[in-house]
Amino acid sequence: MFRFFLTRFSLIIPTFIGVTLLTFALIRLVPGDPVELMAGERGISPERHAELRAAMGLDKPLLVQYGDYILNVVQGDLGNSVVTRTPVLDEFMTLFPATIELSVCAILFAMIVGLPLGILAAVKRGSIFDHSLMGISLTGYSMPIFWWALLLILLFSVNLGWTPVSGRISVMYWVEPVTNFMLIDALLSDEEGAFSSALSHLILPAIVLGTVPLAVIARMTRSSMLEVLGEDYIRTARAKGLAPLRVVAQHALRNALIPVVTVIGLQVGVLFAGAILTETIFAWPGIGKWLIESVARRDYPVLQGGVLLVAAVIMIVNLLVDLTYGVLNPRIRHGGH
Amino acid sequence: MTVESQIDATPREPLPTARPPSAFGEFWHYFAQNKGAVAGLVVILIVTFAAVFADLIAPYSPNEQFRDAILQPPFWAEGGSFQYLMGTDDVGRDILSRIIHGARLSLLIGAIVVTLSLAVGVVLGLIAGFARGVTDVLIMRLCDIMLALPSLLLAIVIVAVLGPSLTNAMIAISLVVLPHYTRLTRAAVITELSKDYVVASKVSGAGVLRLMFITVLPNCTAPLIVQATLGFSTAILDAAALGFLGLGAQPPTPEWGTMLASAREFVSRAWWVVTFPGLAILITVLAFNLLGDGLRDALDPKLKR
Repeated sequence: MFRFFLTRFSLIIPTFIGVTLLTFALIRLVPGDPVELMAGERGISPERHAELRAAMGLDKPLLVQYGDYILNVVQGDLGNSVVTRTPVLDEFMTLFPATIELSVCAILFAMIVGLPLGILAAVKRGSIFDHSLMGISLTGYSMPIFWWALLLILLFSVNLGWTPVSGRISVMYWVEPVTNFMLIDALLSDEEGAFSSALSHLILPAIVLGTVPLAVIARMTRSSMLEVLGEDYIRTARAKGLAPLRVVAQHALRNALIPVVTVIGLQVGVLFAGAILTETIFAWPGIGKWLIESVARRDYPVLQGGVLLVAAVIMIVNLLVDLTYGVLNPRIRHGGH
Repeated sequence: MTVESQIDATPREPLPTARPPSAFGEFWHYFAQNKGAVAGLVVILIVTFAAVFADLIAPYSPNEQFRDAILQPPFWAEGGSFQYLMGTDDVGRDILSRIIHGARLSLLIGAIVVTLSLAVGVVLGLIAGFARGVTDVLIMRLCDIMLALPSLLLAIVIVAVLGPSLTNAMIAISLVVLPHYTRLTRAAVITELSKDYVVASKVSGAGVLRLMFITVLPNCTAPLIVQATLGFSTAILDAAALGFLGLGAQPPTPEWGTMLASAREFVSRAWWVVTFPGLAILITVLAFNLLGDGLRDALDPKLKR
């Protein structure tokens, strides 16, 4: 198992190098002068231009520039935002918990609802429940979530007035940022009602972000379960008189979960893409909104660093998924090397 | 065309049992049992018809502004008229006409992205699955690099570099959905390769290309068809999302996502401006997903009977 872990971990490194090449090329592919792009100063004097150029190492050969870039990245130096002048890594670390909080709630919502529904639909294959559930899940999968968000806002915020339209917590509360996870910080603070305010701000964005993963998980669980339920060993288990629940929960589910875990792992990318839209619509101060704003402000160091960090996070989650895959399926673990 | 209806139509022909159903006939027999899939197909045909003949069907030009009919509600709502069936937007353009013209863009985006990504992705997956070793590792690392970024984010990066355009968005989306096909194909190929029929084929002297495309690939199609359908919806959805963020098709292009972006500020006072373009996206994408489901059921030999 340890060897399996090491092999998988070593595979992440070339991928990471590939992504650094991509982000390194980003600034150089943007039309315009890289000095002005990175320094955020326009129409500067030739002396200042040369000075900045030397300071940023742009007068060195490309390979050396890339080497310097990698060295900086490894040391956590991703440059400074052109707009706020704060280090990109610091901004990322401040905003990232907001995105994690939103994404974790979304994926939990999707799994808690999606897995049981998918299993139930497979067991009751062909029933009205199965048909209507698959219809609903297909609609959920087809949903343009930015439109879904607008509809939910229209219904729950504008018409019913149940949930707030934007932000992470009501302006009435001041919560000391300890962990930057609003739910936890609100619990830790003495303010009464802060937690429920944070929770009510979280519900709509989490539902919107969790809709597509929910549909995918329900569909995948069902089709994977159906495939496994048709296998010989399930018939054997049934034939030897095991309780139906035990056949489903112990024999079928373990094998059916393997593709489901992969699909849940692939949802990390879906979540990030969804977070860009969800955070923009709900004014949720996370990574997605930050990246979109960096495009609008032409804040290239933020875009460059942000993309690299997002890629790193997704790679780590993919690695964890691969490892889970190995735990669930011993054939892969032992055949892996 | 089922066998039964052929009998009814031509009663004097020789006994129908002499002729087995054609491959398409058999496929259609199974496909037609799935009512959702047939509904999806009908919707897609309607959308395609609307896209092709948009200039003839649409009551007005998508960019014609009726200054005396700004933010007019649809015909059944109070204050609406039959002149503008789905109402008008904030500059008095007919929403129905814009949605009909938008069908063109969405279908084009889906078709181009799926064709590109499926063709390249499957071949890469086959090569990786058959070759294993260094080739496999190289291809899968390449996939990982591409998968490390969500399609929407990469599209945003490309837009930031090249400037907002529908073409750049389509290229980006094709690139980023491609690894999904490669991974799926490779996984299916590796499972299939250990099965007896492949060994039998090898023993009979089948070459690598025959093994890849004739022996193994048809047994891997089920997940690929599902993924291609999802790819169609991903393409339409991502392009619409980019349009919504102001980074895809640019106004006044009647692209559905772009229409939603300009409608956002009217969410509380003109629901129809927000509702219809999103509904168009949802219905089209849903139709493709229903069709894909039906195709899977009809084509997958495991699920047949």
